[in-house]
Amino acid sequence: MSKPDLNHLQKLATQIRRDIVRMVHACQSGHPGGSLGCTEFFVALYFHVLRRNKEFTMDGTGEDIFFLSNGHISPVWYSTLARAGYFDTKELSTFRFLNTRLQGHPATHEGLPGIRVASGSLGQGLSVAIGAAQTKKLNKDNHLVFVLMGDGEQQEGQVWEAAMYAAHNKVDNLIATIDYNGQQIDGPVKEILDLKNLKAKWEAFGWEVLEFKGNNLAETIAGLEKAKSLTGKGKPIMNLMHTEMGFGVDFMMNSHKWHGVAPNDDELKKALAQLEETVGDY
Amino acid sequence: MFTDYYPLTNFNLKKRGVILVVSTTTYIMTKFTFTEKKDTRSGFGAGLLELGRKNPNVVGLCADLTGSLKMDAFKKEFPERFFQVGIAEANMMGLAAGMTIGGKIPFTGTFANFSTGRVYDQIRQSIAYSHKNVKICASHAGVTLGEDGATHQILEDIGMMKMLPGMTVIVPCDHNQTKAATLALGDHHGPAYLRFGRPSWPIFMAADRPFTIGKADKLIDGTDVSIFACGHMVWQAIEAEAALAEKGIRAEIINIHTIKPLDVEAVLESVQKTKCVVTCEEHQINGGLGDSIAQVLGRHFPVPLEMVAVNDSFGESGTPTQLLKKYGLSPENIVSAAERVVARKK
Ligand SMILES: Cc1ncc(C[n+]2csc(CCOP(=O)(O)OP(=O)(O)O)c2C)c(N)n1
Ligand SMILES: [Mg+2]
Repeated sequence: MSKPDLNHLQKLATQIRRDIVRMVHACQSGHPGGSLGCTEFFVALYFHVLRRNKEFTMDGTGEDIFFLSNGHISPVWYSTLARAGYFDTKELSTFRFLNTRLQGHPATHEGLPGIRVASGSLGQGLSVAIGAAQTKKLNKDNHLVFVLMGDGEQQEGQVWEAAMYAAHNKVDNLIATIDYNGQQIDGPVKEILDLKNLKAKWEAFGWEVLEFKGNNLAETIAGLEKAKSLTGKGKPIMNLMHTEMGFGVDFMMNSHKWHGVAPNDDELKKALAQLEETVGDY
Repeated sequence: MFTDYYPLTNFNLKKRGVILVVSTTTYIMTKFTFTEKKDTRSGFGAGLLELGRKNPNVVGLCADLTGSLKMDAFKKEFPERFFQVGIAEANMMGLAAGMTIGGKIPFTGTFANFSTGRVYDQIRQSIAYSHKNVKICASHAGVTLGEDGATHQILEDIGMMKMLPGMTVIVPCDHNQTKAATLALGDHHGPAYLRFGRPSWPIFMAADRPFTIGKADKLIDGTDVSIFACGHMVWQAIEAEAALAEKGIRAEIINIHTIKPLDVEAVLESVQKTKCVVTCEEHQINGGLGDSIAQVLGRHFPVPLEMVAVNDSFGESGTPTQLLKKYGLSPENIVSAAERVVARKK
């Protein structure tokens, strides 16, 4: 694997953060908090980790593929996909407006390149990713399946049905990651329904569990590379990725408040003042 | 008078709800207008709080959407009777079923999608088949949820819930009626589904208007066509009525807030007079209010029927007004459906 150009990737991350804030501001809805917190992860994944083909195909044969289970953080995914060349960045301005391909939550229905299954109703993505990983094995396609989930999402029972299944069936071409930001809609995860020892839980279910800091590009890349090195050894892999909801915009951090709220004009200005335009606004 | 909510260009506002006295028939002399708009989910929140004060057995459960469901006030006043279950709707339905054993009256709260499709078998076995006194309260139903898009815009929930034996299904039309329906559910025994929505919507029902589960509410008397509507579509029907009146068509507007049990008598009484029907709902054409009415007509009094509903498709992101228009749920759609059905009568 080539050495990442951290300087360039950091610039991309800052640009994507600008996109996120501008997108949710324009339509006055959507989810900036989780999107900002996962920006380094998306940059690391799409610009360094994934072995991906230039053109999108639904089957994703001969390439690594990614699923977003916590579909509400669609802004960061859409911006990343556009910046990675799957569609024109201009289309980001259509987010959540009538007739857009950039639906509030990711959908295949309008044919947006990069999306392979709808998400938004939480708890379903891991199962889909496991299924896709099993298909890769059946097809003798020696590539990986990645999936991202929320930590609040861990409260859904289906996640644990999938957890049990993947370990039992040795789905070891799968790298799952949890956005471990400690926040959900109604408040801190600890107060809503505590996950207690999440690492021990996934280990008890038979997964290889790694931890890294998600708001540091070098650590995120190193974490994902380490995860990759552990594939093919009989166990599915889980990354507990410690992030800060709203990272990069000071007033959106340290709270669950910005999970799903759009900034007003004034807040947009304040946010953009903290996020330098690097590779060009859409 | 608000004018921002829907372009009223085709309609003469002054004529809306006019009192007409014709030699043979006296029309209901109520004027349905509004000066205020509010979301129906706030009506649920207000009703639940009042119920909590009236009945110590009422408990609330919520799956990480307390603010969206407007359950904060209940939670604040009755912390020991409020249960935050996290993002775990299937567990919530089971918990609610269990809480009825010993006499609690659980009101569960989450979005309509996660209140029904997500947990259908839990509801079916532990609540409906077991006849538990659980009130499933569901917000953000239909396309008027808006920008979140199709993943969240359930349009199949009325169908799913009305198919369950013994399930009462209520779809109130405005803030006040949602509050009244919530209060009525406190005295009702058995499983029930209460469906309401997200957007700010005209409040046109008087706060003291009586509400009886299972009893249709005739809003406007008419002779030429019966318009049966539920939920947000009742207001659309009232707007359509004014436009139809200008065209010389007198529509009878009946608010079918209870889809199940359906007020068959009220339906037949109206239809025997008008001899044609339009149904209006923010739901799939398959499985909703229109289906229920069609069944009554087919069995007892076949007459021409048109259904204003979503035509077998998923929704999408957009504003509520844009989506109502795109998916054929505007007053104009009701007007043309009424004209078609009146023509078919001849
Ligand atoms: C099945 C389901 N239930 C409820 C919701 C509503 N909802 C959307 S995001 C969210 C909180 C998710 O928390 P987390 O996974 O931690 O994501 P974060 O808030 O950190 O972005 C909830 C409850 C949903 N989308 N799907
Ligand atoms: Mg979280």
